[in-house]
Formats: sequence, structure tokens, C-alpha cells
Amino acid sequence: MRWIVKRIITLLTTFYIAITLTFFLIRLMPGNPIDVMINQYMQQGMSMEQARIMVSSLYQIDFSKPVWEQYIEYLQLIIRGNLGVSYIYTGVPVARIISYALPWTVFLLSISITLSFVLGIILGMFAAYRRNTKADHTITLFSTITNAIPNYVLALIFLFFFACVWKIFPMRGTRDPRIPPGFTLEFISNVFHHATLPILSFLITTVGSWILQMRGATISVLGEDYIKVAEARGLKGKRIMFSYVGRNAIIPLFTRLAIAIGYMFSGSVLIENIFTYTGIGYYLTYSVTARDYPLMQGCFLITTLAIILSNFIADLLYGFLDPRVRIER
Amino acid sequence: MVQVKEILTKALKKLVYDPLKIILKSRRGTFGLIIVLFFTLMATVGPLIVRYDPSTVNLSEALQPPSLKHPLGTDWFGRDILAMLIIGSQDVLFVSFVTALITTSVATFIGILSGYMGGKVDSALVAVTDIVLTIPGFPLLIVIASVLRTSNPILLAAILSITAWAPLSRAIRSQTLSLREREFVEMAKCLGMPSIHIIFSEILPNIMPYIIINGIFAFTGAIYAQVGLFMLGLAPYKSQNWGVMLNLAVNYAGAVFSIRQASLLAPAICIILLQVGLVFLSGSLEEVFNPRLRSG
Repeated sequence: MRWIVKRIITLLTTFYIAITLTFFLIRLMPGNPIDVMINQYMQQGMSMEQARIMVSSLYQIDFSKPVWEQYIEYLQLIIRGNLGVSYIYTGVPVARIISYALPWTVFLLSISITLSFVLGIILGMFAAYRRNTKADHTITLFSTITNAIPNYVLALIFLFFFACVWKIFPMRGTRDPRIPPGFTLEFISNVFHHATLPILSFLITTVGSWILQMRGATISVLGEDYIKVAEARGLKGKRIMFSYVGRNAIIPLFTRLAIAIGYMFSGSVLIENIFTYTGIGYYLTYSVTARDYPLMQGCFLITTLAIILSNFIADLLYGFLDPRVRIER
Repeated sequence: MVQVKEILTKALKKLVYDPLKIILKSRRGTFGLIIVLFFTLMATVGPLIVRYDPSTVNLSEALQPPSLKHPLGTDWFGRDILAMLIIGSQDVLFVSFVTALITTSVATFIGILSGYMGGKVDSALVAVTDIVLTIPGFPLLIVIASVLRTSNPILLAAILSITAWAPLSRAIRSQTLSLREREFVEMAKCLGMPSIHIIFSEILPNIMPYIIINGIFAFTGAIYAQVGLFMLGLAPYKSQNWGVMLNLAVNYAGAVFSIRQASLLAPAICIILLQVGLVFLSGSLEEVFNPRLRSG
């Protein structure tokens, strides 16, 4: 129990630091957006006072107070879940935009990472059982190459061939707006049709690392004494494969799952942009180019929160799978 | 004089010939080395012999198919794609190299300090590393780059390094921790050698291979982040860069629906080749440093 409390404290600290970081980036850095915006309003003929009032109503900052009081107020707003109002989508609360975008990102990432992890484990074990055969060499070479390809480059190539040239998949968007959302076959198949290329881009560029890791882990487990004992006891090959080799080889991969989720959130910024897939990553870059800082701040914080939570879940899973960890901590 | 020559040839043999022999023995290593050398030449010598000025716009020559005059054709502005590719490689490689240098230096410094000192210094540095590991790297990069809007390659490299050092630092820390318990380090400590001496002449040489190989991975990571940043159009447009080429190709694909394949595929293939080449080379270097991995 103690290590769970310890983990929660670390995670809360991380989130607090991310919040503070965005505050300082947006308000205090040289050339920060607040100053830029005040200057813009002044160039449009407003006085310094008017420009400040405009900006303070937009960002909910009170300039008459010292910086640390502004900081406390900012923290209070975020704790209450008030992320401010978007500047580009005039008047729309940032929280509402996020609640619209987040499900799409979670949908995309959860499917990609599950497929990639499961496929990687199967192929990795297969390669390990057939090590130094032609099948193993092919799988290993494929994994090494696809692992090195940046996901957005592959996404661009997919977009070009599958959407532009051959027109098999749609070029942009999350769904066809003409089809009413609901639990109909038409709608669900349309959503998957739109998600296929983004998922494939993630899947192909991440599956290689799982294959290689699982292959390595399986080979080292196969050399352990308890496997030889199990074989000597005459246990069935399948039983050894699943409950002796597989179970033990997967455990080290779970710690890396958390890190992988973090990388995928980073990668989703690029993938979502290429396919104009309106998830968090898309709105993050959109808000940056449009200089919509409340929205940018909201997207950044929600991404951090998502990574922190997935780290925590992966940690819990790890403790659940490996009894040694529970006792040690 | 003879002695100097002898030492030099010995060093040359140890540092160049022997590793080269091991690298060239494997097909992947040879491929990786050729690719990396090719792109290094492209970035250093290439810009000197490029005949076209990639920044001039010549609409009368726009969207030409590949020809003798333009081996890869031209883009929408009539610019020669091959020339843009060569000029663009300069920035990609330079910024990524500096980023890899900063990343590995910071990671090595923090990792060794943390692992060797132990105690409170260690727990503080571990806490910092854990936090940096959790903050989403690329999104943070976008936010910082958009606020700073710099076209200075060194500053860009510094931004790219902000979160990249953490995983490597954690790995170097654990390497240092295990080395610290080894006999030769204990011996040096018993002999009363200063910590600086132990770090530089006992620990550092032992983890150097590890650092070099991870330096290559830092390089590939930097290419990923840098080209991605330019592709999203979030870094200033002034510089010639593969990412800018990708960005233009995407934006024009969205607007016109018919794109010349070379303008998108040429930078894409270059990035893939360079990344795969670097990974293959690092795999071969691992064999150079670790004799147990060599086959045959």
C-alpha cells in the first residue's frame, strides 16, 4: 500500500510542475503571448489600460495583483476545472472543446497500442521459438526497419497512396458528418474507416519495438532452469509456452508500456495533424498556430494528465503481475 | 620519430581499422555506414556543388517532371527538388548532431553524478528525472518553440534537448550504480583516489560504448522531433529543411489534391533511409564494443 501512496505523491508533483511550467511559459517568458497580445491591441489604437483590460478578461488574469497572487488564482481556477475560454472559437469554454476532442485521441491510441502490444508479443514469441531460422531473421529485420521509421513519415506516405492516389480511405476527419452518430453499423464502420490509416501508422511504427523486446525477453526466459524443470516434468509444450514462458517474459514489457504510451501521445500530435483527426493533438497544434493560448494550455495539461494516469495504471498492473514488486516496495 | 609513428599506426588500427572490419563484416553494418557517410557528404560537400539556388521562385518552371536539368523535378514554385533536398540536409544533420551532443552530455553528467554520489543528491536528481520523463516531450517542444520562435540552430538544438536527456540519464545512473560496486572502483577508492579521478578514468571509459550508442539514438530522436516540428510549420520558415518540404507537400496536397510525388516522397525516403542507416550502424557498433555479440 505504501508504494501506491508514494507513487500518487510523485504523480501529483509532476502534474503540479506541468501546471506551473505552462503558467511561466505563457505569462513570464520573454516574448510571451500575453505581452504580444497587449502590444497587438495597442497597435490597433487602444490605450495600455484598455488593452490590459481586454487581455485580462480573455485570460481571466488580474494585472493589478502581484505575480504570485495571479499564480495562486490560476491554480485555483485549474483545480476547479476551469480552463478558461477559447480565443479562436469565441466564447466556447476550453473544457468543452477538450471533452469533444479527447475521446477521439483515446479511441485512436487505445486501439493502436493494444493491437501493437498483442501483435508484438505474439510475433516476438514466435520469433524467439524459431530463433536463427529464416522466419526469425525476416521478423527481426522487419522490426528493426519499421521501428526506425518516424510515424509521421509513414503516415504521409499512407495518406499519399491510400487516400490521394488510390482513394481507398478518406483523407481527413474522424467521421462523415452526413451520417448521424449512434449505435448503427453505418456510423461505426464509418468511424473505423476514418481511423484505419492513423491506426496503421501507429501500429506499424511501434510493433517492431514490442517484437524485439518480447523476442529478447522470451529467449532469456527459455534459458532459465525452471523451464528445463517444467520440460523434464513432461508438461505440455503449450502449457509451458503460456503459463511459464509467456507470463514471465511479458512482465518486463509492462514497465515500458507506460513510457510507450507517453511517446504515443507525443506522436499523436503529428499523426492527428496529418489526417486532420480532431483529437487533442490536432487542437494543440491548431491552438499554437492560431495563438489561442487558453486552448493550448488546456490541451497541454490534459495530455500531461493522461500520461500521468497511464503511468500510474501501468505501475499498478506491474505490481499486480509481479509479486516481487509488491513485497519489495 | 619511429616510436611516434608506431603509436599512431597502433591507435589507427585500434580505433579505425578493427572497428571498420567488424562493421563491414555484416551486411547491415555496411549498409548503415554507407548511408550515414552518404548523408554526411550530402550535408557538408553537397551545398558547395549545388547548381540551383533553392530559394528563388520560378513559376514558369513549376511542377516539372524529372528531367536531366532537374533530376527529381520541381515543386510548385519551380524550385529544384534535389537542390532543396541537399541544402535541407545541412540543417537537419547539424541541428540533430548538436542536439545529440547536448542530450548525451547532460544525461551523462546527471546520470554519473546521481549514481556515483548517491544519498540526497541521488534522490533529488532521480525525482527530477522522473518528472521530466512524465512530461509529454513533443507537446512541450511545440509550446516552447511557438513562444520562442527561434531560427538559431544552436538554440533550436537546446530546445530539442529539454526533455530528451531523461531516459538516457536514468540508464546511465543504473550503469554507474553497478560499476560503483565493482572491485576496481572499490580498489581506487581504498587507495584514496579523488572522486574526479575515479569518475573520469574508471567509470567513464567503462560506460563510453554505452554512451556512444545512445548518442546515435539521441541523434535519431532529434531528427524525428526536429523534422516533425518543421513539418507542423511551428518553427520559423526561413531555413531550408526536409520538414519544411514535407509541410509544403502536405499543405499543397490538401489544397490541390494532385501532388508531384517527388516533392513528398523524396524527403520522406531520405528521412527513412537516414534513420534506418543510423540504427543499423548502432547495431554494428554494439558488436564492435561487445565481442560476445559478434557472430562467427
